[in-house]
Amino acid sequence: MKNIWAISKKEVKTYFTSPIAYVVTTVFLVLVGFFFYSLILWFNSYSLQASRYPEAIQQLDINQMVYSPLFHNISIILLLTIPLLTMRLFAEEKKRQTEELLFTCPITVNQIILGKFFASLFVLFVMLLLTGVLSLFTFAYGNPELAPILNGYLGLFLMGAAFIALGIFFSSLTENQVVSAMLTFGALLLFLILSWATGSASGMLKDVLNYLSFVQHFDDMTRGILDTTDIVYYLSFIFFGLFLTHSVIQSRRWR
Amino acid sequence: MIEVENLFKKFGELQAVKDLSFKVEKGKIWGLLGPNAAGKTTTMRILTGYLPATDGKASVAGFDVFQQPNELKKNIGYLPEVLPLYPEMTVHSFLDFVAEIKQTPSSERKDAVEKVIDISGLASVRGRLIKNISRGFKQRVGIAQALIHDPQVLILDEPTIGLDPAQIKEIRQLIKSFKGERTILLSTHLLAEMTQTCDGAVIINEGNLMASGSLEELTASFKEKEGVVIKLRQHGKEIPSLLGKIPGVSKISQEVGEFTIEWGKGMDLRDEITKLIVDKELGLIEMRPLAMNIEELYLSAISGGLRQ
Repeated sequence: MKNIWAISKKEVKTYFTSPIAYVVTTVFLVLVGFFFYSLILWFNSYSLQASRYPEAIQQLDINQMVYSPLFHNISIILLLTIPLLTMRLFAEEKKRQTEELLFTCPITVNQIILGKFFASLFVLFVMLLLTGVLSLFTFAYGNPELAPILNGYLGLFLMGAAFIALGIFFSSLTENQVVSAMLTFGALLLFLILSWATGSASGMLKDVLNYLSFVQHFDDMTRGILDTTDIVYYLSFIFFGLFLTHSVIQSRRWR
Repeated sequence: MIEVENLFKKFGELQAVKDLSFKVEKGKIWGLLGPNAAGKTTTMRILTGYLPATDGKASVAGFDVFQQPNELKKNIGYLPEVLPLYPEMTVHSFLDFVAEIKQTPSSERKDAVEKVIDISGLASVRGRLIKNISRGFKQRVGIAQALIHDPQVLILDEPTIGLDPAQIKEIRQLIKSFKGERTILLSTHLLAEMTQTCDGAVIINEGNLMASGSLEELTASFKEKEGVVIKLRQHGKEIPSLLGKIPGVSKISQEVGEFTIEWGKGMDLRDEITKLIVDKELGLIEMRPLAMNIEELYLSAISGGLRQ
């Protein structure tokens, strides 16, 4: 545990002493802020029109109309930013040959992987936490429900963690950071659009594709549904990503 | 302290280390010598647990390299050929990080870092980013990180490469100061480095063991050639053939005004040679015994002359 902590601490320090964390977080927040702003504007004009029809007012729901699409937008921005956070984690160690230090220290490969994973997770946590500022406005001027929002954030966090696990895996494959980021983008997009293919599929295949796709699981969570299958999906995704990373690193040394 | 038995390492088709065996005793400094691509770095990487071997046995500080990697790594300080430094960290925070992952107890960590900063002479750059310090200081940081957990064994891959003569001298003195308390295996392709710092050497080429032993043993095993090197005032072309007429002379070679005359073991032709020189008035300037210097020893060893 202490070893994992040591690696994490160092990686977090590297994120915040280099421009990486600041640039990624800033761009992320600007984009999220813009999406939030346009959603609120739209919600505002919609509520003005709806105020003339009493039955339409009943259906006004800020959670459904602002937060749910916002969470979807954030998930896309995460897809674009997380590969940039994870691309250096192993690729850079390999390029600089600093991995020789790590692998000749009395720590295990698993501890190194987990240390790096938790460091990225911390940056993700900070990024999501900062978007919480937006909710100050909705709570000050409206009355959204808190539970579905927290549930949506949990979904974003788990999804982001899965992105990170996949990003770390691709970082362990190469010593080139651009290659690592590009492969991560590609793989994440593929997992995202898997559900599109379900339109033409049927039967068993449709179920499998649906289960594998990020969207299906995330959809439930943004609508405030907390289902263990979704959580299990993300956790197994994370486990699988980190497990593959471990296999790659070990096999590279044994070759 | 360091024991290697029949070690093999293959990278695909390439046989990097072939049947390597040697032993380094406690408290000694040994050199691992060989030309580039001889297998020095691969051998060191295997000993430090970075690479697994294809076959064979090795133990360092009493721990099996393959069975007890964690205990092994706690007892080895390793300086790789390419310095494993994070340029965006300061010298102090880097050493602190290394102390942490080398599992120095947190109560002793601060002292451990201060101690190596002191030993390696890094006090003046402790707060600076590693990317901004000179090559010599980087090398010291490399040695400092190897020392930080107070290991019994140090494995140093080309510790003086890329340094200027003054820095080389300082690093050598630093290494020599560990003599007796730590067992050191250092690799080099510089012969001067070996004769000045090491007690013994393992000479390898293309993954094969060519020779190993203490410096005395190595030079002693080379005493079969006997002869003299002479320097004459005259440079006539007839001189080699004149000298060759002396009975017992087995080989004569000429190099920049010096003649090397060799003869069979157990003979002494110095009197005959002197007499000839005086008779023919060749003007003797210098005569010295043909000693196998370390350079010849090395060249002969890597070409297979010392193969045991």
